[in-house]
Amino acid sequence: MIRRTIEIGHANADTGRRNFLKASVAASGGLLIGFRFPGIRALASTLPSSANSFMPNAFVRIGTDERVTVIVNHSEMGQGVYTSLPMLLAEELDADWSKVGFEPAPVDPKYNHPAFGMQMTGGSSSVWSGLEQFRQAGAAARAMLIAAAAQQWNVDASTCRTESGAVLNGSNRKLTYGHLAAAAAKLRPPEHVQLKDPKTFKLIGKPIKRLDTSVKLNGKAEFGLDVKLPGMMNAVIARPPIFGAKMKAFDDAKARSMPGVRKIVAIPAGVAVIADTFWQAKVARDALRVEWDEGSMHDFDTGKMMQDFRERAKSPGTSVRKDGDAESALASAAKKTEGVYEVPYLSHLMMEPLNCTVDLLADSCEVWTGSQFQTIDRANAAKIAGLPPEKVQLNTTFLGGGFGRRANPQSDFVVEAVHVAKAAGVPVKVIWTREDDMAGGWYRPAFLHAIAGGVDANGNAVSWRSRLVGQSIMAGTPFAAMMMKGKEYDPASVEGVDDLPYAIPNIAVESHQAEINVPVQWLRSVGHSHTAFAVECFVDELAALAQKDPYQFRRALLQKQPRHLGVLDLAAQKAGWDKPLAKGVGRGIAVHFAFGSYSAHVAEVSVTDGQVRVHRMVCAIDCGEYVNPGIIAAQTEGGAIFGASAALFQELTFEKGRLQQTNFHTFPVMRMNECPEIETHIVSNHEKSGGIGEPGVPCAAPAIANAIFAATGKRIRRLPIRMTEAV
Amino acid sequence: MVGFSVNGKRVNLDVDPSTPLLWVIREQLNLTGTKYGCGMAQCGACTVHVNGEAVRSCVTPVSRAEGKTITTIEGLSPDLSNPLQRAWLEEDVPQCGYCQSGQLMSAAVLLREKPKPSDEDIDEAMTGNICRCGTYPRIRRAIHRAAEMAAKGGAR
Repeated sequence: MIRRTIEIGHANADTGRRNFLKASVAASGGLLIGFRFPGIRALASTLPSSANSFMPNAFVRIGTDERVTVIVNHSEMGQGVYTSLPMLLAEELDADWSKVGFEPAPVDPKYNHPAFGMQMTGGSSSVWSGLEQFRQAGAAARAMLIAAAAQQWNVDASTCRTESGAVLNGSNRKLTYGHLAAAAAKLRPPEHVQLKDPKTFKLIGKPIKRLDTSVKLNGKAEFGLDVKLPGMMNAVIARPPIFGAKMKAFDDAKARSMPGVRKIVAIPAGVAVIADTFWQAKVARDALRVEWDEGSMHDFDTGKMMQDFRERAKSPGTSVRKDGDAESALASAAKKTEGVYEVPYLSHLMMEPLNCTVDLLADSCEVWTGSQFQTIDRANAAKIAGLPPEKVQLNTTFLGGGFGRRANPQSDFVVEAVHVAKAAGVPVKVIWTREDDMAGGWYRPAFLHAIAGGVDANGNAVSWRSRLVGQSIMAGTPFAAMMMKGKEYDPASVEGVDDLPYAIPNIAVESHQAEINVPVQWLRSVGHSHTAFAVECFVDELAALAQKDPYQFRRALLQKQPRHLGVLDLAAQKAGWDKPLAKGVGRGIAVHFAFGSYSAHVAEVSVTDGQVRVHRMVCAIDCGEYVNPGIIAAQTEGGAIFGASAALFQELTFEKGRLQQTNFHTFPVMRMNECPEIETHIVSNHEKSGGIGEPGVPCAAPAIANAIFAATGKRIRRLPIRMTEAV
Repeated sequence: MVGFSVNGKRVNLDVDPSTPLLWVIREQLNLTGTKYGCGMAQCGACTVHVNGEAVRSCVTPVSRAEGKTITTIEGLSPDLSNPLQRAWLEEDVPQCGYCQSGQLMSAAVLLREKPKPSDEDIDEAMTGNICRCGTYPRIRRAIHRAAEMAAKGGAR
């Protein structure tokens, strides 16, 4: 059922986001369409049903100035949702693409993720979950505009057609959407809408240029860090040097007298220095002397932790998957091998460090931040503010990268900012320095995979046993009950190995959950960021054991997995798998399924004096039916670079409870001079749409590691890659 | 007081001379296109031009700007007409976009020094600018494209 929601106008282009609601309600003469989906009735029913609930599922506003503003319920963190979701709506609307713009949605249950039941961005899910939503919104708007034109011309609506932002009838009648907006707003929305035949798509499936590029080339794009309010102060927080440490006392004698410092106050996150400017706050923060009760993690050491992991992996863990009898098959295999793969804690390291701006008044609270978790952030902010969530307005800015960090189950960076705002009494922006951000936790957990496998006399794989040791990202979060329901392990720890696609008759996957007080969380590609590395490297080891070509070995084991096979073949073919390489260069391959999409990479790598150089990466991606191949290529390239950065450079280590890395010089990111040539090849089909933000990441590390083996005969079993550790 | 010119306008500011130029640009001058990423000249997000040279403003005390001419991303061109901005649009370079101001400012100096840069020139000039989204292949293409545009369009 589709129903009318509200008539509001187009916000003035110069009106700030803060005033958007007021401005748009005050204006008139426009059309805003909302609708309700049969599929999410359960969610919609949680909406307040008062006369004020006027914007349920409201995704588009058409102005009398012809502008079509698509209201996007997912956060733009680089993955292109401010373009791909408007494309879906504009396609069905037959909008003039040059008139289409975007606007971040406010926080409201009507903007909840249709699959996850809250407003959020993650899991590479924005496009597939928004396909129906945005197309229906566009189609409903179009039907009303047609009805308005038909009324005006006194013709049957079925004789009208639409094209590029106008309704047409016969050969000489034409009314633009802007002209029709006011009249259309008075009509009843249609009960049903007919979606387009994909054959007639003009936008979907085309490499349409992004809508958010211009503002990112002239400094106008507003990120959280750029928010400025009248009378606003800035705050920097002295944070515990060790996870779980508690502030015992602090001496602010020096800091208090420094220029610009207004207030220094203890909050649960540490000691906040509030000053006129960031720099004043930062300098004074550094001058604080804080005494900490170091707590139970004072001796934490990642070297010892990995040693413990190795010990634990020697005994069976909780069974995750059991096909046949892996143990017996191992015992009777003609040849067998083992590999222990280790990956470290990783920081998301978004280019824009965490920050949050809060304006807290007696009966309202307004928050500006780059959030991936609007519903939760608003609720957590409301708790601290002592207000109902409806009294908290959370404004989503552009995100200078997210990668999962800005989807924090405890809203750490929002909650602390509300605490600071309470103390400040004026609007305040809390900024994390790069060092604060890196030491702030919520990392990709360190993991160990102990894998054993065997082949028969003909070189056929007959047994595979994976034992994983690592922390759960779900345990202790509000999602644990839902995600771990009926399971004695965290599915996010084992994703990518629990569904091992290879036709091996005996498979055992076991999980050991480590309990360590380091806060951990999802990082781009989550469990797949380590499972693909371990699995795809070990498949390579089995291929070597069987004395078979690693590509052909995989092909033989994937005969019943057509989409794995499809990307594997495509990557191998485009890379020229059988073509000779320059001396010293090796080629490695990997294939993986994650977030509904299939991905394969071939890497070409050489090693000189222990230095690894990735020359070329060929990526194949099958994400089913797709919306914007330009964005898919960008995400695949970016994912490969993200994965390669982790593989080559990145590791967080702790000694005596303290993080040893502080900034980009000790936790490096791939740079221009290190970046390989990257090609992306997209499979075209009509399969269900999958994700694209994350699937490009997992294959990078194993493809590179396997290429190193091809080039040097040395196996890489630990990330980041260090040739001194190769075996 | 520190006095300098920024994007063609003369400014005089009463500010602690040790404050990094970055924060003066962002907080006193409200030119927030220049970004903070690391605070130690590691990432290049804060790159601006000081007397035409690419400078990491996060480690440059504002006192060093005295009497100088500063250009920030807001001053690169008033209307996205700079060949680099046009090429960035055509190659659809930015993802999250946070590092792109710095990337453009570094690339602008490169193109002035080397109107037809080689890949090695690009490596050398752009290696100080990190992009966590991984837009490097597109940045490289866009720089080559901008060089072609500038050559065809004459000096702009």
